[in-house]
Amino acid sequence: MAQVTPKSDYQGRIHNLQKDMIGRYYANLTAASEGKGKKAIYMLISGNPVELIEAFDMLPVYPEVNALQLAVKKQSLPLILAAEEMGYSTDNCAYVKADVGMYFAGRKTPFATIPEPDLILCNYVGCNVYLQWFEHLGEYSKAPVYNLDVPFFRTPGPEPLAEDINYVVKQLEELIEVLERMSGKSLDYKKLQRIMQLSGETGELWSEIKKLTRERPAPYDAYFDSVMMMAPLYCLRGTEDGLRFFQEAYKEMKQRADNHEGPLPEEKFRVVMEGPPPWPFLRQFRDMFSRWGAVAIASTYSTVGGIWEFGFRHDPQRPLESMARHMLQWNCTNRNFLQRYKQLKDYVDDWGADALVIHSVKSCRLFSAGQGDMREYFTKQLNVPTLLIESDLEDPRYFSEAQLRNRVDAFFESLEHQRTLVKK
Amino acid sequence: MVTTPVQETSKLNAIFDSCREMGQDPEFNVAKRWLEDHPGKKAIGCFPIHCPVELIHASGMLPLGIIGAGTQIEVTYADSRFQSFVCSIVKTTLELGLTNRLKFLEGMLFHSICDPARNLSSVFQRNFPDMFVEYIHFPQNFASPLARKYLATEYQRILDGLQQRSGHTPTVDDLNRSIALYNRIRAGLREIYRIRTDTPHMISAAESFVLTRAGTLMAPEEFVKIVEEVLAELPGRPSRPKDRIRVILEGSFCELPPVGLIETVEQAGCYILDDDFLRGWRWFTEDVPIRDNPLHELAESYSERAYYSGTKHDTRETKAAHLIQMVKEKKADAVIMQAAKFCEPALFDYALYRKALDEAKIPHLLLEFEEKTWIFDRARSEAETFVESLLFD
Ligand code: SF4
Ligand code: SF4
Repeated sequence: MAQVTPKSDYQGRIHNLQKDMIGRYYANLTAASEGKGKKAIYMLISGNPVELIEAFDMLPVYPEVNALQLAVKKQSLPLILAAEEMGYSTDNCAYVKADVGMYFAGRKTPFATIPEPDLILCNYVGCNVYLQWFEHLGEYSKAPVYNLDVPFFRTPGPEPLAEDINYVVKQLEELIEVLERMSGKSLDYKKLQRIMQLSGETGELWSEIKKLTRERPAPYDAYFDSVMMMAPLYCLRGTEDGLRFFQEAYKEMKQRADNHEGPLPEEKFRVVMEGPPPWPFLRQFRDMFSRWGAVAIASTYSTVGGIWEFGFRHDPQRPLESMARHMLQWNCTNRNFLQRYKQLKDYVDDWGADALVIHSVKSCRLFSAGQGDMREYFTKQLNVPTLLIESDLEDPRYFSEAQLRNRVDAFFESLEHQRTLVKK
Repeated sequence: MVTTPVQETSKLNAIFDSCREMGQDPEFNVAKRWLEDHPGKKAIGCFPIHCPVELIHASGMLPLGIIGAGTQIEVTYADSRFQSFVCSIVKTTLELGLTNRLKFLEGMLFHSICDPARNLSSVFQRNFPDMFVEYIHFPQNFASPLARKYLATEYQRILDGLQQRSGHTPTVDDLNRSIALYNRIRAGLREIYRIRTDTPHMISAAESFVLTRAGTLMAPEEFVKIVEEVLAELPGRPSRPKDRIRVILEGSFCELPPVGLIETVEQAGCYILDDDFLRGWRWFTEDVPIRDNPLHELAESYSERAYYSGTKHDTRETKAAHLIQMVKEKKADAVIMQAAKFCEPALFDYALYRKALDEAKIPHLLLEFEEKTWIFDRARSEAETFVESLLFD
């Protein structure tokens, strides 16, 4: 039976460190918006060449992160409605709508004032909506747009095609020229190498942190608590601050693992989570699982911006090629659906999970379109108990709490029931 | 339905009728009969929108447009694989597969048009392991010369896969022969579209739509004859101009609108001068040059001489600018955005189009549709109101 909901938000030391660092990142955005800071480069968080941006001392701005924050702060709905007034459809990705709404509302948010873009760098990594989102921002802001075209990882082999890597590397060289023109400086290769090294070490620590959830109990929730670590991973990767955060995070998580501390008083179910979370209702959603003692030990969402736990590292010796590989191969967004099935299966097997939970979000068809087939594969072919539930990542109108809770309760009740049968 | 009774050339009517019938056959009987008559030949299905059919044809196989199933089949299995918020064509295409209706195909090609189409290609791979399923990456960085080169390489990869399935390695001449054949078809269709723009009472959008669709369901050698026959017959077609507004229709480049819907819009008082129906099968604004590097010419044509479309994001010029230019060139009165329900690319485009059209003071109407719709009352009244507002303005 479900217990009283324990307090489940992550409250460790790094929580505050994260708040400080991300607070500084946002202060930089505000400064840039007031013309007192660095040049603002809009980018997507899926595999991206932020290392190059850092090498030119420019500031990455992530509309996805801003949209997410707006949802968490429960500010998204009026902005979504404003975008729909402009002609966006109820069926369009609500990240885009919240962002466009925010753009036309003066780019002011509770966490920062978002600067106008100096360059719109559309790293087209997987999601086709990216292209349209940045196409629209380009038209609204009149800023230059560079479409960094990353071929989808569509071949069955373990490696992307050599011509794909070559094509992306060549485009990165073009991008360097663009950035050189914008900054009036030529690329400092030594500096880029140093940044690559920072990213490499950050990736190494993040990978080790991810492997800690193989322990029982898992020291943290790989879905809900990963979120806290994802912000520094994306916004601060390639900086000294970013590395320091992950050094602290690893220490803290390792200690928790050694002390057999988990996020809940008791870890009853180990689940793998697929799909982005419902940001406007993160708390309520988490509680639905916590009350059953269910802990996420792995999640695909925490790999949208990069997959490090299977060995990828940024390489200072081959900066452009390793950035290209990051974009082509080592992030969940650019992988095909079957590669995602494989990733999920590896989590189930190697991290030791009891079940798979698929959170299907209407906004993000990249993630969700076809998840019924995924369920079919896991339940019928692999015999992994699988729960599929639907809501949205940004638009609060699609979250029906009672209905979701019923589905989650029924699922874990039946898992619990099966366990007692096995015990008898 | 009230129309002015005119004596039409029965030959043209018969052609359009049979094309329409062909487009409504979820068993693909015309193609199957052709395959029976050509032992050893195989067929490859093409999901929208752009498909390099020449590569398939030059490999000795038959390219077919597998573009959903409209109202022709009941969806019973695919609904549990793709959610309610995914467009219909993805589900009906999968349903065709799950009900064994695509068994006669050797393979399916999908293209990087949108997220659901991409995931569908993976779902096809898993559910139909014997099929040759490929996903073609169409570049999106045409501001750079790298993109064209890359597309030619991608075509080579696809061609390598196709020839393994067909057992025939196409020569440069084979490729050029296929390009020439499809050039002839596309030129014919361009001419029909030109006639429609200049004299929209001569041939309706519904007619040119069923004709184009039928062309995706049969051998190109047969289809080219039909296109040329239509062109020969059209000048003698007795018809009189009606008092209608002149519109450009956009947004139906992938999922096929029901023919009845197109007719409804026309009967509501619109001459549809141009549209993006089956745009990927008409594809280029000019012939693909016949030269000694056919893959390069095909790639170059997509980069430089393709009709703009909702799935090609070219930073060199905006889609809205294209649309407005077309409105001006064709002296259209208005634009109808006819977007498939849940079609992310078309619906995103609408937001930009709407802004640009408003700024250019061009009236516009949004009509959402699903391929499986068969009652058009709402579309009719919206279109009629729209037409009235323009006629009596
Ligand atoms: S569809 Fe998904 S990946 Fe694409 S922009 Fe929207 S939320 Fe992001
Ligand atoms: S109708 Fe639109 S969303 Fe659906 S497959 Fe076609 S392009 Fe994609």
